Amino acid sequence: MYKLKFFTVLFCCTLTITFTVFSNDSTKTMKVNRSADSGLVLPAGFSSGKIVSDLGRARHIVIAANGDVFVKLEKLKDGKGIYRLHDSNGDGTADQVTGFGDYTGTGIAIKNGYLYASSDSEVFRYKLNEATGVVDEASVEKIITGLWDKKQHSSKSIALDNEGNIYLNIGMPANVCQVEDRVKGSPGRNPCPLLDSAGGIWQFKADQLNQSYAQGVRYATGLRNVVGLAWNNEVNELYLMQHGRDMLFQFYPEMFNEKEGAENPAEEMYRIKKGADCGFPYCYFDNGKKQKLLNPEYGGDRVKTGPCDSKEKSIFQFPGHLAPNALLFYTGTKFPEKYRNGAFIAFHGSWNRSPQPQAGYFVVFLPFKNGMPSGTWEIFANGFAGANINRAQYRPCGLAQAPDGSLYVSDDNNGTVWRINYNGQ
Amino acid sequence: MKKNIIISITFCVILSSFRLTTQPPVKASMLRGKKVYESICIACHQADGQGVQRMNPTLVKTKWVLGNKSSLIKIVLNGLKGGEIEIDGDEFHNPMPPLAAQLSDQQIADVLTYVRNSFGNKAIAVTPLEVKAARGVAKPVSVKQVKKPGKT
Repeated sequence: MYKLKFFTVLFCCTLTITFTVFSNDSTKTMKVNRSADSGLVLPAGFSSGKIVSDLGRARHIVIAANGDVFVKLEKLKDGKGIYRLHDSNGDGTADQVTGFGDYTGTGIAIKNGYLYASSDSEVFRYKLNEATGVVDEASVEKIITGLWDKKQHSSKSIALDNEGNIYLNIGMPANVCQVEDRVKGSPGRNPCPLLDSAGGIWQFKADQLNQSYAQGVRYATGLRNVVGLAWNNEVNELYLMQHGRDMLFQFYPEMFNEKEGAENPAEEMYRIKKGADCGFPYCYFDNGKKQKLLNPEYGGDRVKTGPCDSKEKSIFQFPGHLAPNALLFYTGTKFPEKYRNGAFIAFHGSWNRSPQPQAGYFVVFLPFKNGMPSGTWEIFANGFAGANINRAQYRPCGLAQAPDGSLYVSDDNNGTVWRINYNGQ
Repeated sequence: MKKNIIISITFCVILSSFRLTTQPPVKASMLRGKKVYESICIACHQADGQGVQRMNPTLVKTKWVLGNKSSLIKIVLNGLKGGEIEIDGDEFHNPMPPLAAQLSDQQIADVLTYVRNSFGNKAIAVTPLEVKAARGVAKPVSVKQVKKPGKT
């Protein structure tokens, strides 16, 4: 009798579960369909659409004068590392998607009729017809070679100025230049020998072949890792976003509680002049104390400033671990006036905030006036993470401005590229 | 009737001996292992064990976790260089710190038993004796031997 009852209950439960699962499924499908239309949460007057999906690791993007989008991939797709997206009928989706280049990487840029693209140790360039978007693949030249690729922070982001120079990030292959990297209790090396070949921005000539460290200039030092890098044409200077260090809570729980570890250090924005020393690995920016302090691996206690007072100051600080992967100064007239010359920053999203919830996975806007931040930041595009912030669906990585003034965002989790347009008055 | 009882007892004995060899890992070890995971491993490998794309490898259903116990123990003892392992064509750039000095044989056995039986994984437990054996051939690493940071 009891057995019968048990099986009846079991049967009912199974039915309920089955129905719940199925009804959940249809809801999910509807949601996915909705998000296929835009997916992003934007300010009033803006709309978005996916121009391409499933490219894989879509890192940085750039757009030619004819509107063709070039995407640099961190993992080859069908053997190709650069994709050109062409929308021949103007319906807002790429109908011609063609690949070339057999190397992976992050950086991509267009300047003076050339398309520049980086691997994790080299930079190449191709002749580009900007009016048609056609790339002369046979014209490929290796302009930079032999840069450090030591896995950690190995991606090379590139930016070009108006005087024939190219700038790139060489990330420090370490968390904080410890004797033993990422080992709790291991002290910082002083001086940090990694700074000779990494942990800064290097400047090279944009048109000379086979340059390496000997031909380059260490333009700025004391930077842990930079992925978002941009030349600001309004003030003719280099701006960048630094990825701050990891493991403050895990290594120094006596100084940083769980929440403080999640919020620190700041993700810093710098306006860089030649010769700048931004202080890493000796210094970090403490979001709680609002100043640059000595890193605990170098004897810091959240009070001592050590040499950090005299280091280059960042011009803006964001919450910890959000991973700013792209920086773009908006010069178009399509978006409302407040966006003019301001900065868009694509935050890849965090991992070192656990056990606190992860954060980021959005595109931020920071207003600027005369080359300096003139207000506080706001989330411009959101909704990339999806239902589970700890396992994001999309991770924003690249930004590009189209000739028509719309803004493009790439994601390196699935290989999606969105176009964000303004339709308001 | 008697025969039947004997047969069923024999059957039960066989069954229980079977269960002995495939018994679930010791609950206590799992509980202790969870604590170790949450204080040390979670920062990189995350609460769901799935790690971080291109940085910290997933622990879910990979040969590195479910395969040879001795290799797995050595990874925890000695750590890994960034890029040293590959899963589904992906490299992982962050190094894994050696934990030989930080964790005891029991703690390593516990946390590996936990990892091998969480996040959808299922594999036999790791014992402190196995960790001890692997330590014998592991390179000695002691954070305590590294001098403390000097004043800057």
